[in-house]
Amino acid sequence: MARLWLSGGWLVLLALAAIFAPLIAPHDPLAQDLFLEKLPPFWMEGAEPGYYLGTDSLGRDVLSRLIYGARVALIVAVLAGGSAAILGSVLGLLAGYLGGWTDRAVGRLIDIWMSFPPVLFAILLVAVLGTGLSSVIIAIAVIDWTRFARVVRAETMAQSRMDYVASATVVGRSPLGTLWHEVVPNVLPTILVLLSLEMGITVIVEAILSFVNLSVSSDDPTWGGMIAEGRTQIHFALWILVAPMVALFLTVLAFSQFGEGLKDRLDPAAS
Amino acid sequence: MQAAFIRLLTTALTLFGVAVVVFVVIRVAPGDPIAMMLPPGATDADIDRLRAAYGLDRSLAEQFFIWIGGVLQGDFGTSISLRQNVGRIVLGRLPATLELAFYALFLAVLLGGALAVIGTLRRRGTAEGAVDLWNGMTLSIPDFLWGLIFILCLGVLWPLFPISGRISPALNPDYATGFLLLESLLRFDFRVTGDLLAHMTLPALALALPLSAVIAQVLKQSLKEVMELDYVNLARARGFSEVAVLFREALRNAALPTLTLVGVQFTFLIGGTVIVEKLFSYEGLGNLAIDAVVNRDLPLIQGIVLLFAVLFIATNLIVDLAYAALNPRLRHG
Repeated sequence: MARLWLSGGWLVLLALAAIFAPLIAPHDPLAQDLFLEKLPPFWMEGAEPGYYLGTDSLGRDVLSRLIYGARVALIVAVLAGGSAAILGSVLGLLAGYLGGWTDRAVGRLIDIWMSFPPVLFAILLVAVLGTGLSSVIIAIAVIDWTRFARVVRAETMAQSRMDYVASATVVGRSPLGTLWHEVVPNVLPTILVLLSLEMGITVIVEAILSFVNLSVSSDDPTWGGMIAEGRTQIHFALWILVAPMVALFLTVLAFSQFGEGLKDRLDPAAS
Repeated sequence: MQAAFIRLLTTALTLFGVAVVVFVVIRVAPGDPIAMMLPPGATDADIDRLRAAYGLDRSLAEQFFIWIGGVLQGDFGTSISLRQNVGRIVLGRLPATLELAFYALFLAVLLGGALAVIGTLRRRGTAEGAVDLWNGMTLSIPDFLWGLIFILCLGVLWPLFPISGRISPALNPDYATGFLLLESLLRFDFRVTGDLLAHMTLPALALALPLSAVIAQVLKQSLKEVMELDYVNLARARGFSEVAVLFREALRNAALPTLTLVGVQFTFLIGGTVIVEKLFSYEGLGNLAIDAVVNRDLPLIQGIVLLFAVLFIATNLIVDLAYAALNPRLRHG
């Protein structure tokens, strides 16, 4: 229970920060000031008031960039995670329910998809689609649908064998009607748990893509971009790396813990 | 025998599917790699000439069959950015990645195995709780973040290990193969071995931790089940200590379910090398892959992705066959 609240709390906080970024951020995240470069955070000596987490090598405010970076992370999490969930669940439901050649085709597709290392696949797709937020979202959805399809397919198969599905058919529901009204509500909790876990993965993948400079344009603040900058400054200004790392760490942990908590909540027997 | 044949056939089919996907995905890429290769003053005739040289003026289907025909003969084309044979470049980088991946696998098995054994011997105690907590944490943090954490903690704050490259430039051993670690061991060149291991340890640990958690979880679960079986109780009754029972009787039977899992998870580990190598500036395939993408080097990207896919599929095949060989219930006459 506690972890559901803790992780949910962090995610809500992050969402609020992302939505109200222009109101909260103390500085313009893009404003450079070379007189203020590599200022340390407030608890260290030499800090400048107003720059709570210090500045990066171009004198940009780290806290403001962190807050604006949350926007990119959450937009990708919601849109890419959601698209992957819809795409994978639809294919999984159809494969599991219809069986036969649909099932075999989806199964083979999953096999082929799983033969690519996901990160390499993502980098490849973004390179092909051109960098940018929409490419990142499309790439993640196109790659990660298998995570949903595999589980939903198995779950649907199990549900379809149950008596209630047979009786719905006997009562005269159409196959697709049965699928939508009887099977989907029973598979939905599983999909929600997977979605929470998937959103954590998308946040990481976005960070990785912006780390190798394949996400949004390199000026826009992203956690991955900040990490890449911090990696080059690691021997001179540690905080540039630490701040986005901690944000990424907490967010990824929150999504996975939220998913695990949700799983316990929705299906106490499984835990 | 028939089952193995069918397995090989589906593997070949998957591999063909992978080749098609790789080819199609890369060909729909916008942007002309040829135009990017030439200096700004190049004429259209120059561009056409070069395009013909790389076979890019033919139809898609034709290009595919030329490429796949070449691949089957071991010819992966010519890299556009490095102007060398793709096969040679890729195979030159492969040993670095393989050594890193197997070192990581070794660490994961060692760590995961130790955790599982401790958790089993001290089951229902605080030690098992601690093992579970640690597993949960290591599982939810991906290799990219582990890499960053290690760079920060063990590379900078407490500089125990180097954080970039594969080997100190000063050493630069003149070896016959790319398998530097293996060759340095065979040559008793332990200065090189030590340097290589120091460079590999942090990236390997970053790759190994998530896998070690999976191994610990599954192995502990099956160990606990096996430890309650009659034959194990019999060994206990004969006076063997709990530790001896675990190592002599239980471990071998509990290891089988873990094996399949390790295989599947090992493919994830290989995939993880792409970003971890970049993070640690380790000169392997993954690092090369990212450079190839940044340079839009189509033939090179094709070669690397295909090689990764082959590694993935081969791992799965080996695990399946090993599982069948080790599990008497699956043995066919």
